[in-house]
Amino acid sequence: MDKLPRLKDIRPFVSTRNACKLCSPLGASIALKGIEGCVPVIHGSQGCATYIRRYMISHYKEPVDIASSNFSEETTIFGGAENLKVALGNVIGQYKPKAVGVATTCLSETIGEDVALMLKHIKSLTNEEEWPDLFTVSTPSYQGTHMDGFHATILQMVKTYAKDNTPNDKVNVLPNLVSPADIRHLKEIFADCGLDATILPDYSDTLDNGAWDKYYRVPKGGTSIKDIKLSGGAKATFEMGEFTKVSVGKNNSGNLSAAAWLEKEHGVTNHQTILPIGVKATDTLFENIGKVSGYEMPDKYESQRARLLDSYADGHKYVFGKKAIVYGEEDLVLGICAFLDEIGVEVILAASGANNNLTERLKHYCPSNAETIKVMSDSDFEQINEQAHELNPDFIVGNSKGYYIARDLKIPIVRVGFPIHDRLGGQRIKHIGYEGTQELFDRIVNSLIEYKQDNSPIGYKYI
Amino acid sequence: MERLIKERNTQIHTIGSSEHDLACEKKSTAGSVSQRACVFCGSRVVLYPIADALHLIHGPIGCAAYTWDIRGAMSSGPQLHRLSFSTDLREKDVVFGGEPKLKKALTELIESYNPKAAFVYSTCIVGVIGDDVDAVCREVSKEQGIDVIPVMAEGFKGTKKDGYKAACDALSTLVGTDDDYQAPEYSINILGDFNLAGELWILKDYYERIGVNIITCLTGDGRINEIRKCHKASLNVVQCSGSMMHLAKEMKEKYGIPFKKVSYFGIEDMSEALYEVASFFKNDEMLNKARTLVSNEIQELIPALEPYKQKLTGKKAAIYVGGAFKAISLVKALRLLGMETAVVGSQTGNKDDYNLLTKLCDAGTVIVDDSNPNELSEFVKEKGVDLFIGGVKERPIAYKLGLGFCDHNHERKEALAGYEGMLNFAKEVYASVCSPVWQFFNRPSSSTTENE
Ligand code: SF4
Ligand code: SF4
Repeated sequence: MDKLPRLKDIRPFVSTRNACKLCSPLGASIALKGIEGCVPVIHGSQGCATYIRRYMISHYKEPVDIASSNFSEETTIFGGAENLKVALGNVIGQYKPKAVGVATTCLSETIGEDVALMLKHIKSLTNEEEWPDLFTVSTPSYQGTHMDGFHATILQMVKTYAKDNTPNDKVNVLPNLVSPADIRHLKEIFADCGLDATILPDYSDTLDNGAWDKYYRVPKGGTSIKDIKLSGGAKATFEMGEFTKVSVGKNNSGNLSAAAWLEKEHGVTNHQTILPIGVKATDTLFENIGKVSGYEMPDKYESQRARLLDSYADGHKYVFGKKAIVYGEEDLVLGICAFLDEIGVEVILAASGANNNLTERLKHYCPSNAETIKVMSDSDFEQINEQAHELNPDFIVGNSKGYYIARDLKIPIVRVGFPIHDRLGGQRIKHIGYEGTQELFDRIVNSLIEYKQDNSPIGYKYI
Repeated sequence: MERLIKERNTQIHTIGSSEHDLACEKKSTAGSVSQRACVFCGSRVVLYPIADALHLIHGPIGCAAYTWDIRGAMSSGPQLHRLSFSTDLREKDVVFGGEPKLKKALTELIESYNPKAAFVYSTCIVGVIGDDVDAVCREVSKEQGIDVIPVMAEGFKGTKKDGYKAACDALSTLVGTDDDYQAPEYSINILGDFNLAGELWILKDYYERIGVNIITCLTGDGRINEIRKCHKASLNVVQCSGSMMHLAKEMKEKYGIPFKKVSYFGIEDMSEALYEVASFFKNDEMLNKARTLVSNEIQELIPALEPYKQKLTGKKAAIYVGGAFKAISLVKALRLLGMETAVVGSQTGNKDDYNLLTKLCDAGTVIVDDSNPNELSEFVKEKGVDLFIGGVKERPIAYKLGLGFCDHNHERKEALAGYEGMLNFAKEVYASVCSPVWQFFNRPSSSTTENE
């Protein structure tokens, strides 16, 4: 058996070799799973929906039902209105959902479908009372990645439902594409800090449910549409991530993120941070929370923070000066790199499949690495692979898809983000807050210790 | 089962109830969460194992990203097939056409990776934006001096089955292009095995032990140059009825090569396959060798299966797999373990397959075509099954309900073919059905369907 082919000379390619990104309706589907009682429908041909389901199932290890409007050859000529109508009828009949979110595909976008109009028309033909909320988001993958689809969906949710700004006592939390365990942790933080948080989107249960004693067609959990309606009158928004602006799709209304739109439209102050990974970023989040809640950080989190610092002291030597490659979604990469920077890891390459201006933000949040960090946007795994073989990292941090690079280089990979297809529990990996950082830090240090131990001629069992 | 989709009634049948034939080979109903994929998926499954070819997916990124190295199709040599290449079309390509990008992509990839041939898969929007993929392929083929074969795989132009056909059409442009080759006596091709988890190597060993030479396998551990000369075989042995029948039929017409349909799952079918080939060659020595091989293998296997059988007797299974032919083998294999099949279905079966299943299974067995999670969960509840056999998409349904599960689709990493495969199968079924973890689950019965 030969080795996987790898080119020795590094040069640009117009083709994408082993994509380091996924397509927009996948991001939309994850976000839609975060709405209570919502069934996603992908408006296009069957394959896209089936592949997206399969991909999500392999990570979340949950049933993920996503319907398709199932285009045929005639549909591409005469339009998808009839298919969409049939699809909605079937989905509503079978699932009795509270909401249906329709995400478009490259195909429906290319033939110029106006889904919003179709939905209006379809709804007008039925008895409105009995129908669930219907809404649509424009997610052509040739314009962006799964993250664009994810953020576009959240923007579309608030634009559809946040109609007024009568003040209420809630706060909006937009945690970005993090794990269900991360979302549960955030809910705990906000509750402990006395804030009533609406998480947008909250798939902490729907994509990470317990065992069932009966089969739920639509899994329990998710943010209710009632709460989304209140987001315009919330006390504040906590947005995590800096690459949340929506510039894709039909109705993106000028480069705003959902949080920015809520601020502009309804005057809800946005407290934006990067993903709260590491002490600095989590401190900032808690400071912002304090500004809104008026309270000090609860003791519980003071202790979590203190324990984290204690472990930084215990482990700092193992990580100092170690070289790392980080890849994945732009905001995850930014968050992880900022964290690695504060513990003394040298990030030698930060790569994302998205076409964003990562460089400037990375330099800002990674002061120790600012001069040397190499950044690749719109990149793919073969580019990362080729670079990795030049740069000689000590470990890599990212999703499962980069495993083959680590394997070839015989170095540890610390798995974070999405997808985790080769390990159990990807949905339960915690990345954020002091607690998530703690888990991440322990995993990184232990991977490096294990590597050293395995490669040492003497099997020390006392480190 | 009131909440199942009405239009789907004709695609579900309970043996012994009504008389209707099962409607199949239909396009999925819009809005049902079909377990099927698309034309592209079908063609990709079939062609993907050809390890020394470049597989370039022309379209936006999704189709390529979701199919990157997800299957366990193994190669003994080159691994080029395990890289995922895409033209990754962007806005401007959609507006102005993707041909220039396709041409550049093909050229740079062929020059860099030196494949023996290239397959170019057209996905959904390619036809809509009007790219002339054929023309680009012809041009690059001329410039680079290798075959560049377009695969018309636009997802919406049918079902996975049409993708099989598209793949067969692509293969057929290669078959017969090397006419100098002299095949040894008793040469066959294996069609429809993809060398998942190295299964082909198990089969190859059996065939070689009885004196049969294999020219090529389409497409497991496949190589372009072998495919070129495979028209010199005396017989095509076709597994997985759905995917490669077109090519088998075409090779019969064009080259007069007869074909036999076989299955390699379970003792009965595996043995039958070897006997069929041996009797085809009307060679007594070969037949004797086959008999010896079968009896040796069975003598070893049966006692090895016994402990599993003891634990599994009387347990019930539900089967939902891609091809119905495979389902048939599975029903038989389960019987060998003392298990009963209560629900059986496939994504792509045809009438003959379903008639055969109806004959094979006991009264009360539910037979279903192109099912969806809702239906499947209803059936397993109704029938109180202990094991679900399916693919990745069915796994969480089984686990949520507290049922054992065995992966029998293309993503599996355990060899299940042949005699040793049968033992692996028994082990896997046992490990799942008899795990003590299920004691903590309340298996749902029909009375506890959620109703909101
Ligand atoms: S349906 Fe079309 S776009 Fe979707 S995966 Fe299949 S070929 Fe690709
Ligand atoms: S056609 Fe577009 S939406 Fe469908 S799988 Fe491909 S990239 Fe994704």
